[in-house]
Amino acid sequence: MLLSVTDVEKSFASADGPVPVLRGVSFELAAGRTLALTGESGSGKSTLLHLVAGLDAPDAGRIIVEGQDLGAMEDAGRAALRRHKVGLVFQQFNLIPSLSVGDNLSFHARLAGRADPARQADLAERLGLAPHLAKYPEQLSGGQQQRVAIGRVLAARPRLILADEPTGNLDEETGEKVLTVMLDLVAESGAGFLMVTHSARLAGRLDDRLHLRGGRIA
Amino acid sequence: MRDDRTPLCAALWLARLTALLLLLLPPHAAAQGFAGLGQGGEGFALPAPDPVFDFPADHGAHPDYRIEWWYLTASLKDAEGTRYGIQWTLFRSALSPGGPQVWMGHFGITTPDAHYSGEKLARGGIGQAGVVPDPFEAWIDDWALAGPDLDRLSLRAATGEAGYALALTATGPLVFHGADGFSVKSASGQASYYYSQPFYEVAGRLTLPSGPVEVTGRGWLDREWSSQPLEGDQEGWDWFSLHLEDGHRLMAFQLRGGTPYTYASWIEPDGTLTPYAGDALTLEPLATSEVAGREVPTRWRLTLPAQDVDLEVSAVNPGSWQATLFPYWEGPVTATGSHAATGYLEMTGYE
Amino acid sequence: MIRSAAQALWSHWRRHPLQLLTLAVGLALATGLWTGVQAINAQARLSYDQAAATLGQDRLPRLEGDLTLADFAAARRAGWEVSPVIEDRLPGTGLTLYGIDPFTLPPTPGGVAPDLSDPDLLRAFLAGEVVFAAAATLPRLPDDLPPGRLLEGLAPGLVMADLTAAQAILGTGALTRLLVAGGPAAPEALAETLGATLLRPEGDGDIARLTDSFHLNLTAFGLLAFVVGLFIVHATIGLAFEQRRTLFRTLRALGLPQRTLGWLLAGELAVFTLISGALGVLLGYAVAAALLPGVAATLSGLYGAGVQGSLTLSQVWWLSGFGMAALGMAVAGGTSLRNLATLPILAPAMPRAWARAQRRTVRRQGWAGLALIAVSGAIAALGEGLISGFATLGALLLGAALLLPPVLVGVLDLGSALAKGAVAQWLWADTRQQVPGLSLALMALLLALAANIGVGTMVGSFRATFEGWLDQRLASELYVTASDEAQADEIRAFLAPRADAILPIVSAEAELAGTPGEVYGVADHPTYRDNWPLLEAQPGVWDRLAAGEGVLVNEQLARRESLWPGATLDLAETGPLPVLGVYSDYGNPRGQAILGLGAFDAAYPDAPRLRLAVRIDPARADALADAVARRFDLPPDRVVPQATIKAYSLDVFEQTFAVTAALNVLTLGVAGFALWASLTTLGTMRLPQIAPVWALGLTRAHLALADLGRAVALGLLTALVAVPVGIALAWVLLAVVNVQAFGWRLPLLPDPGGWAALGGWTLVAAALAAALPALRLWRMPPSEMVKVFAHER
Repeated sequence: MLLSVTDVEKSFASADGPVPVLRGVSFELAAGRTLALTGESGSGKSTLLHLVAGLDAPDAGRIIVEGQDLGAMEDAGRAALRRHKVGLVFQQFNLIPSLSVGDNLSFHARLAGRADPARQADLAERLGLAPHLAKYPEQLSGGQQQRVAIGRVLAARPRLILADEPTGNLDEETGEKVLTVMLDLVAESGAGFLMVTHSARLAGRLDDRLHLRGGRIA
Repeated sequence: MRDDRTPLCAALWLARLTALLLLLLPPHAAAQGFAGLGQGGEGFALPAPDPVFDFPADHGAHPDYRIEWWYLTASLKDAEGTRYGIQWTLFRSALSPGGPQVWMGHFGITTPDAHYSGEKLARGGIGQAGVVPDPFEAWIDDWALAGPDLDRLSLRAATGEAGYALALTATGPLVFHGADGFSVKSASGQASYYYSQPFYEVAGRLTLPSGPVEVTGRGWLDREWSSQPLEGDQEGWDWFSLHLEDGHRLMAFQLRGGTPYTYASWIEPDGTLTPYAGDALTLEPLATSEVAGREVPTRWRLTLPAQDVDLEVSAVNPGSWQATLFPYWEGPVTATGSHAATGYLEMTGYE
Repeated sequence: MIRSAAQALWSHWRRHPLQLLTLAVGLALATGLWTGVQAINAQARLSYDQAAATLGQDRLPRLEGDLTLADFAAARRAGWEVSPVIEDRLPGTGLTLYGIDPFTLPPTPGGVAPDLSDPDLLRAFLAGEVVFAAAATLPRLPDDLPPGRLLEGLAPGLVMADLTAAQAILGTGALTRLLVAGGPAAPEALAETLGATLLRPEGDGDIARLTDSFHLNLTAFGLLAFVVGLFIVHATIGLAFEQRRTLFRTLRALGLPQRTLGWLLAGELAVFTLISGALGVLLGYAVAAALLPGVAATLSGLYGAGVQGSLTLSQVWWLSGFGMAALGMAVAGGTSLRNLATLPILAPAMPRAWARAQRRTVRRQGWAGLALIAVSGAIAALGEGLISGFATLGALLLGAALLLPPVLVGVLDLGSALAKGAVAQWLWADTRQQVPGLSLALMALLLALAANIGVGTMVGSFRATFEGWLDQRLASELYVTASDEAQADEIRAFLAPRADAILPIVSAEAELAGTPGEVYGVADHPTYRDNWPLLEAQPGVWDRLAAGEGVLVNEQLARRESLWPGATLDLAETGPLPVLGVYSDYGNPRGQAILGLGAFDAAYPDAPRLRLAVRIDPARADALADAVARRFDLPPDRVVPQATIKAYSLDVFEQTFAVTAALNVLTLGVAGFALWASLTTLGTMRLPQIAPVWALGLTRAHLALADLGRAVALGLLTALVAVPVGIALAWVLLAVVNVQAFGWRLPLLPDPGGWAALGGWTLVAAALAAALPALRLWRMPPSEMVKVFAHER
């Protein structure tokens, strides 16, 4: 199993004491499958995604990616996991503003030690970014920026691709296009894909769906 | 001749001198200085009645006495009749009995439209300033009043601005104020030695910023020394020395404030002196001028009915201001009325 | 509305107390540095004036010789404005008794003289019943002196008494000197009448020139402190505005008029100015008070006269502090307020767009910087006078500061292009992106460093040159001045069997190229051949000089009249002579020439031969000095061991250096603070740019180290730029300002070790400044960083 989440709990500190966000979540994702994680605002879906990405550690429960237990990892181990096994696409694209589009595109792959100029060029072509490689992120439209983010992930060939409302900042038409190209590329790569969205319509385009409510799988 | 008022004049001079010596005192402190004058005399020699003056020795300094001065004024005019006046004074003060002696020189030249003043200080005992009687010389630095005797003197002094070189010749005798030069002021015994030479004919040259001027005129020398200053609440005084056209000389003053007091000496051409006190003399300001930020009377009516004197006295230059550390008004005057006269006026205490 | 808007604006500071502290402290530090330097400068000037006025008699011509009060009285009666002084050591006390005549002492406006307006005090003073001394000296008065009274401002160790009282205490009727304030003719006439030696005040003028140099040093520092402070204030205010952009936009969107917001912010600036300005002035007071003893010691050493060790706060001083704070506020706040006016209500938060605008600004800054440096060079080449020297300085510094961001961006772009590896490339690129945000702080750092290097190099050059020059000029171990020629012969006979060599020192006043100067005669002796500080010379210069074939001239004369070797100096007494060499003669404003002794004797047969330089084993110099002084009853200033002069002179300079060093450390510290403040603020603002990199697989530790390295790299680059700027600054100070001010030029002595050390300190400062923000990043909980992905900023 590519990803296995078991009884994960997470709470955040607040002025009134810890606020539980995840109260025992379990699910699995196999390689080559796509899974939509839906839920209301505050249901904990983004938090769950961040835990799976190794950005943060769960308070309890286990998250196992390709046999590696994230809970048992130090900061450095989780960073290595992010570098080599996981790819992230965010709602705000989160490109690196100081690097050009081309450098952004290759950045993750180079971090992971898997830089492949041919694959990069191919990706750029397919994502329609070829004319923009020398530009800087803020010179691109939102849809173009998100394509860069998707290309950045795919260029690094991660086993697990995580997306947090990847089209949330885009208008419907652009979002639709971006999602289509993303799903096509993910399918080609054979990686597992977990997407957080609040849209049932978008969720419907993925293989499986999980709905979070009040920190639990509904 | 009995005269118990002259000491007041002496006291005035004493007050003036002491005030001048309190060089840097602010006004209120100077007032305290005045108040303190009454207590001062212990340890100094005191004037005694029936003096027998020993000339020329007594023209010299008397260091055992607290204060002493040689005070010369002259009312002058040039060939065109333009009026001038000069003042030269040497003060001596003993700071304590047998203690340090301090000398101070004052200098003044008045023209109708300008007044130049100057002053010098010196310690005693080192030759920088002093008086020797025979041949006579009174000096401080390069200012000097000197001659073979008191009847024939030359005066030389200058500041950075102006100067004078004058010859003085006495045409009459010395005159002695009070009882032959001893002037008792009060029953408590305060007194001074006091005489004058009011009969100088003067000729010489003034050096002014505009150039030299040859002048002639009449001069007046006061000599006085004492140890006991007055106890005074006077605000100030107005003092006149006049050379009348008919050869008489008149000295007159009034004390202002406290108990006002007037006094006059009527001097015959042969030197005979008649003192007048009480109501005999009247002095009435007729007009004032603004000088150094204060109102000073510069035109006066002076009457001495006992001698049929009724004069209007006017300053040659209302701005005759001695801008010394202790400033005062001192300058030449002219008089008209019952007599024509020239002379000098000194006024202090106008704030 | 205004009330709630103000509350909203202030709530930002309540929620970000560290930012508030940064702003307040930054402004206070800048103001403090400025006021501190100003206070020292003002106090130093005041003290100069006092010292010059108190013992301003030193500036008057004076007569020395066998003088008595009778001579004094005779001179006064001849119309000379002379005043007698007696001065001698009080044996066994280390004190100097200074007797004056209060009636003739030349007026010294603002000077220190006892107030003798109280007749009792005047009497007591004249009667020798009271003396005056400074507070520190009073407890040292021996019991056999009259009771002392306090007279602030008198030189330490000086006891002022009445002249005759002092004579009585010293048991003599003699005078030490007569001060000549004026008279009917030139003082030479009086000297001849009294058979005395006339001393012109040049000797003290030398010292005054050197103190002027010290002053210039302080003034330059004041200028730099001002500029550094201005940059820091600008940086802090700019950040305070930048941090609240979103808030401003929200307030505007909620209907707060532009104008009202502007006024509210202006009011806020005014409050900051008042509070931080006041803090800064107090800080400056503390700085000045801490440094003043050093300054006081310096000046007292230079003048041998007292300087008040306590500060007097003048209103100007206070106001200048507030003025500095207000100017900084006005400049910085003005820019920010103008930016605010053009801020569109609905513009999205776009730091990168802002950064791109900054990039254009950086380019414009670069051109402006180049232009300013060109102007600086042009002024240096064409300008005349001290003002142009300072203009050169100002243009150079401002130009260099403006040029720094483009230079940094260029270097970082290059690095970015050359970088292999994704992380390295990102580091370079990210560092470059930080430059605009840090540029003001970095400019302040640059100026502080340049000031350090420049002033340090100048002072170092000054010290080294001066020490070398002292060694050269004071090569003999002992200097003796006789009262008359007969005594000089006796002393020579006395010394002959006891010393290695006795060299006469003879001099005469002469017209040198149309202006009054001095001509010296020197013996042909290795003392001169080995030591004399020749700047330029022809071959065989000493042989030819000894043979009377030419003349040496000092640097001042050479520069003024272009009398370099090969030229001809026409002396009235010798006829035209070729210039054989030029020697340095620091501190002397007048022209000077040196002839061989034979030629001098022939040309100036009447010059007094009173001074002797004695060569002897240094170990025996003091004993011989005592022996000569005892044998011939010479006062202490007539027998001077060289070691005493040298130690005294060097001590003076050590004090100068101590003050300079303290100011250096302060400036650097303040610049470091500015860097820290900027990094801290940027740290929070930069999180959205760092978080994605973290998310892509770098650890927080890695990122924190990268931040630290980045700051150090920026510090290093700034230091590298600062070195040439500092050297240029030193060059301007030494070769332009000093020449314009004093007529002599100091060689620039490079101090690579010092510069390297300073570079090291810069890295330490940068690392320290970055340490706290980096540590915060290191320790930042992932949940904080994750927020970047969860929220709109």
